[in-house]
Amino acid sequence: MTLLENRADAPPAGTPYDRLTVVKAKNPGRWVATAVVAVLLAMVANSLITNPRWEWGVVWAYLGEVSIVEGVWMTIKLTLITAVLGFALGTVLALMRLSRSPLLRAVSWGYTWVFRSVPLILQLLLWYNLAYLYQSLDIGIPFGPSFASVETLSLIDKFGAAILGLGLHQAAYSAEIVRAGILSVDQGQHEAAASLGIPRRRQSTKIVLPQAMRTIVPTAVNEIIGLFKGTSIVYVLALGELFYTVSVIYGRTQRVLPMLVVAAIWYVVLTTVVTVIQYYVERYYAKGAVRTLPPTPLQRLRGNLTAGLSRVRSTSDRDPVTR
Amino acid sequence: MTAVQARPGRVEVHGVHKSFGTHEVLHGVDLVVEPGSVTVVLGPSGSGKSTLLRSINHLETVDRGFVALDGELVGYRRKGDKLHELKEKELLRQRTRFGFVFQSFNLFPHLTALENVVEAPVSAQGRPRREVEAEARELLSRVGLADKADAHPRQLSGGQQQRVAIARALAMKPAVLLFDEPTSALDPELVGEVLAVIADLARTGTTMIVVTHEIGFARQAADQIVFMDDGRVVEQGTPAQVLDDPQHERTRAFLAKVL
Repeated sequence: MTLLENRADAPPAGTPYDRLTVVKAKNPGRWVATAVVAVLLAMVANSLITNPRWEWGVVWAYLGEVSIVEGVWMTIKLTLITAVLGFALGTVLALMRLSRSPLLRAVSWGYTWVFRSVPLILQLLLWYNLAYLYQSLDIGIPFGPSFASVETLSLIDKFGAAILGLGLHQAAYSAEIVRAGILSVDQGQHEAAASLGIPRRRQSTKIVLPQAMRTIVPTAVNEIIGLFKGTSIVYVLALGELFYTVSVIYGRTQRVLPMLVVAAIWYVVLTTVVTVIQYYVERYYAKGAVRTLPPTPLQRLRGNLTAGLSRVRSTSDRDPVTR
Repeated sequence: MTAVQARPGRVEVHGVHKSFGTHEVLHGVDLVVEPGSVTVVLGPSGSGKSTLLRSINHLETVDRGFVALDGELVGYRRKGDKLHELKEKELLRQRTRFGFVFQSFNLFPHLTALENVVEAPVSAQGRPRREVEAEARELLSRVGLADKADAHPRQLSGGQQQRVAIARALAMKPAVLLFDEPTSALDPELVGEVLAVIADLARTGTTMIVVTHEIGFARQAADQIVFMDDGRVVEQGTPAQVLDDPQHERTRAFLAKVL
């Protein structure tokens, strides 16, 4: 049916086809939507600039303030240490969960169950109050003599409680992420490695984990970004990370909103850095999973520039009469 | 041609039984493969061919019976009347005497063709990387892929991937090569290039056991053909005996369908 219609519309025989010009389809809906969004954006920008209550001067003054920067550094430290702790312990838990020993599997399952079930804020307060349950921590033979002993309070201070709370909580989530990654690797890869006689540890580190990383990285970065912001919860321990520092300052100066904006800007900056790192890490582990690697942002910029230049050059070269 | 030396590789399979759950797929298989010979295993789908092949290098554990390579038990050590399971480490060492080529290639996708070939000789046999690399390049050129050494598997066609997989198996200098339907996952036009490489290997005197549906290849390359059905060896003999003068009703019915 359409074929016949097309044929009826076809230019008469003898028309030189290279003369036919293409007219783009009109899309008025798209234009309207674009205009509406542009107006909305202008309104937002206008209110941000003209409303004096945002107090941008105050925001700017506090953004690089020493106590704020120290708070940011504490936030970074908390995130990095708990991410490493969480994923290290999480990997162990994931391997236990995939082990043949029923006890190891059960313990791993139980750990995830408990630490995912209890709210983080509760866990943090529990760790902070550990000294009430155990006044001292001993190193020695199980059920036997003790060689060394330390005061719990001196070992688990605010920082220690925050690391323990965040790290152990994170491990429960990381375990599932790592396990999903390992399960995502094709069974044939294990078999090929086994049939070649590649040693067990090498099978994991060289064959399975690099492929599992493709699945692990996006979710893991999600977790790390969540952790960055999640560290703000340790303000309940009065530990001087970014959010606690900000709340102390606005408690003193009553400049609540500008200080919240300061904190928000820092969290956005930190998250952006992690997102950029994620892009390159994913690109690294994409080796072999895609035929050609996606370009880095720099390569793409350079490619766009050269393409644009050559387009400009070719249009200026062309004779305006034939156009 | 120096990369693979013809070495003894006598494979004996004795009374092998194997079940998956309640379903027994091998009901007592016996088979002897002489060193340097080519054995082709034919049979309908589900007849246990692949399971038998995977039992030979202990990718599958068997329930009863045993497999031996040059008189050495595979996967077990005998003490008196008991067979003790080998430790993982010893088992991996034994596996290096078998080369296994999978139906779905199972190349490591994150490594280049060359790295795929080099990995096991270096990490499993502890040989110096430089020496192995030179040898790997030679093997790749032998399967016609000298120029693809730095390509990743996904950048190669199925036939090329399977040829890399063959080079990877050869790099271990195995006594026995096991092929599990090496051309079943390939487009018809790519089957020839892989069979040519296997037939070429057959002439060098490596012991080979090939599970396949390619009757033409079997006729041309095999010293011995084994016909399996329902977990048993139904008939075995030279290609002339089995293909042209089958004695068993099941063999005749199968050949009538595929020839």
